[in-house]
Amino acid sequence: MQLTNRAKPVDRQPMTFLESLYLWNILKGMLITFSHLFKRKATIKYPEQKRSFSKVFRGLHVLNRDAEGRENCTACGLCAVACPAEAITMEAAERLPGEEHLYREEKYAVKYEINMLRCIFCGLCEEACPKDAIYLSQTFAPANYGRKGFIYSKDELLIPHPVNDKEAYQKALGEKASSN
Amino acid sequence: MYLLAIDLWFILEKAILIASIIGLSFFIAMYTTLAERKVAGWMQDRHGPNRAGPFGIFQPLADGGKLFFKEEIIPLAANRSLFLLGPGLAMITSLVTSTVIPWGAPVVTANGTIPLQVADVDMGILIVFSVVSIGVYGIMIGGWASNNKFSLIAAIRGASQMVSYELPMGLALIAVLFTTGSLKMSEIVASQAANGWHVIYQPLGFIIFFICALAECNRTPFDLPEAENELNFGYHQEYSSMKLGFYLFAEYINMFVSSAVISTLYFGGYDIPFVNEAAWGLQPWLLSAISFGVLMAKIAFFLFVFIWIRWTIPRFRYDQLMNLGWKKLIPLALVNMIITMAVMLWLKK
Repeated sequence: MQLTNRAKPVDRQPMTFLESLYLWNILKGMLITFSHLFKRKATIKYPEQKRSFSKVFRGLHVLNRDAEGRENCTACGLCAVACPAEAITMEAAERLPGEEHLYREEKYAVKYEINMLRCIFCGLCEEACPKDAIYLSQTFAPANYGRKGFIYSKDELLIPHPVNDKEAYQKALGEKASSN
Repeated sequence: MYLLAIDLWFILEKAILIASIIGLSFFIAMYTTLAERKVAGWMQDRHGPNRAGPFGIFQPLADGGKLFFKEEIIPLAANRSLFLLGPGLAMITSLVTSTVIPWGAPVVTANGTIPLQVADVDMGILIVFSVVSIGVYGIMIGGWASNNKFSLIAAIRGASQMVSYELPMGLALIAVLFTTGSLKMSEIVASQAANGWHVIYQPLGFIIFFICALAECNRTPFDLPEAENELNFGYHQEYSSMKLGFYLFAEYINMFVSSAVISTLYFGGYDIPFVNEAAWGLQPWLLSAISFGVLMAKIAFFLFVFIWIRWTIPRFRYDQLMNLGWKKLIPLALVNMIITMAVMLWLKK
């Protein structure tokens, strides 16, 4: 049964003497490879040039602060519940008087850890968070020599202070800043 | 009375020439490895090595340094003396072939002329052929002494391939020698400078010679002795450190020398094309330098073609290799020889 008109019968003729020298066909092949010398390269010079991630790339987690630099997280635990890999652990504490400039809500996370070896970077924690306190940035976890190094504690996850350390804050926001 | 007049200046001149040619061979071989990887990269739409220095120009030094500091392993079951002899022989034979190649126009000084050629002997091109045929032993001894079945198969393949392809190579060369009437390399170049390059008169002979040169250098599509996918690594599988480096390097020096031989035999050697350089009235040393540069440009072109072919076509099967050598190239070379003879008789030269 003929499906398309593109099928070509295979030529089973024995090669003629000229064909069996392969010269013409080799020349044709060489012209093809020569043309590739001038084609655009498929690879980039990596450390100098980097490919940009997609807008929706899900990388390392960042714990957010509000415009005054107070932590958004209220240690409700919804992210830990939503996490399919069970990578998030936290301990909650009550905000004491005089700590209003540090924490936005009356309850906050004393300890907040994400195990990057467990994390599958699905972004469900970001979706679950009612306080916009956690989101996935555009960097990926760097290599490490020990397992301990992959358990990121709260001070590693927290975004820099937006008032005291403006530049680092903007850098950490990355492209998310414009999309939010 | 001197029984043997030793001309110290002559010895000094030759010693300098030999040292610089060996240095040049190593230098070119080093940078051919880089060129090979670069061209391979470009042909595969990649950048090629570019980390060591600007555009990767220190890459060959890094590779060589790495080979030097590698652990040297001699297998227990290997034949130790032959195992050590193999790489040295491969290297020596590839270096010795460059002795008879004229590298540039002779420098005329007030005290006589200095030929830019180590030995302008009467048998000229035959020396290249005899040394190249010894070059088989580098592969054979290396493969045999390794006491490894892959190495041995590769060595047998290499030997049979090189012996088979020397025949059409020699037959193609005979046609050149008919037209020149001399085996001397300097005269072959001089006759081409006077009458035009041999490639114009002997296009078929050139193609046959070039194909055979590929086979003699064990280059793709004839790299059966080191067929990675069938024989792991071929005849130098058991070698490590600088001995492996010697084998790999000898291959590149072979490429360099055979490019030089092809340029000399078919492309006019150091002859500058399309111009009559004698009419320029330049200093003789300057003229020699330019002619040397011209020869280097021709060699560079052929080195590029060698690399170009390697990254274009796959390896021949063993039966295809033997068919091509014995059933195609030898008859063609004979036909080429007979046509040359007939034309020469007809022209009553």
